[in-house]
Amino acid sequence: MARAATTTDAFNAVAEPRRRQILDALADGERPVNELVALLGLAQPQVSKHLRVLLKVGAVEVRREGRQRLYRLNGQALKPIHDWVKSYERSWSERFEEMDVVLAELKQQQEDEGDGSDDE
Amino acid sequence: MEAMTSSRKAVVTLPTDEQILITREFDAPKDLVYKAWTTPELVQRWWTARRGAMKIAEIDLRVGGKWRYVMETEDGMEVGFHGEYREIVTNERIVSTEAYEGIPDPDANAALNTLTFTEADGRTTLSILVEHPNQEGRDMHINSGMEDGLQDALDLLEQVAVSLR
Repeated sequence: MARAATTTDAFNAVAEPRRRQILDALADGERPVNELVALLGLAQPQVSKHLRVLLKVGAVEVRREGRQRLYRLNGQALKPIHDWVKSYERSWSERFEEMDVVLAELKQQQEDEGDGSDDE
Repeated sequence: MEAMTSSRKAVVTLPTDEQILITREFDAPKDLVYKAWTTPELVQRWWTARRGAMKIAEIDLRVGGKWRYVMETEDGMEVGFHGEYREIVTNERIVSTEAYEGIPDPDANAALNTLTFTEADGRTTLSILVEHPNQEGRDMHINSGMEDGLQDALDLLEQVAVSLR
């Protein structure tokens, strides 16, 4: 399946491990760039570059406070990814529900055998 | 009915860019869960999740042995998977490859699946770790779930499950 450019697609925006680290760090609350730089151990220009990508897809929002710019996570922008995994999860849940039916029968068979009884 | 199924949802996480981890608890001991997973006639009954008919369920359960599942969807499309068993510890663990036949060069892009069966108090937790060679393969795999969402079928499954109790 073709994907949109990194800067317009939440999936690709979070595909980069460093960008996911930034999102993880922001999950705890707002942070200025210098804190992210310290946490990630990257140079500021690199962190800023990743932040620009995240800002563009809306995964991160920014506000000014005095001379600082504070970045925060916007979970709503990541909802497509959440939904994507949930849909896959649902298909497995349905498959496992069918397995429950089979297992209930196997258990019943085992109990019948254990009793030494024969229903037929 | 809701209570019966809501406690038994599959949980899917993405531990790394290449991995998918699926876990689920079953109300049965692990030898039965293993049996349901490895016996062709039983696999035929659950694997399609009622989205089609299982046409082929072949399992040669030994290291180096092959497996192949093919289902036909309601609109007549055949969907096939196959792989090879790499490691087998009866009732405990199965490692096998999984190739989706609907992509170019399935075997080169096959995932490696590690199944672990853990029992506690007569209940079994099955964990399936799917490892793709790269993120693109992993993402495509997850995307295949997007065609689902058959709430009607889900409701039907619940009715069947309840009627068998």
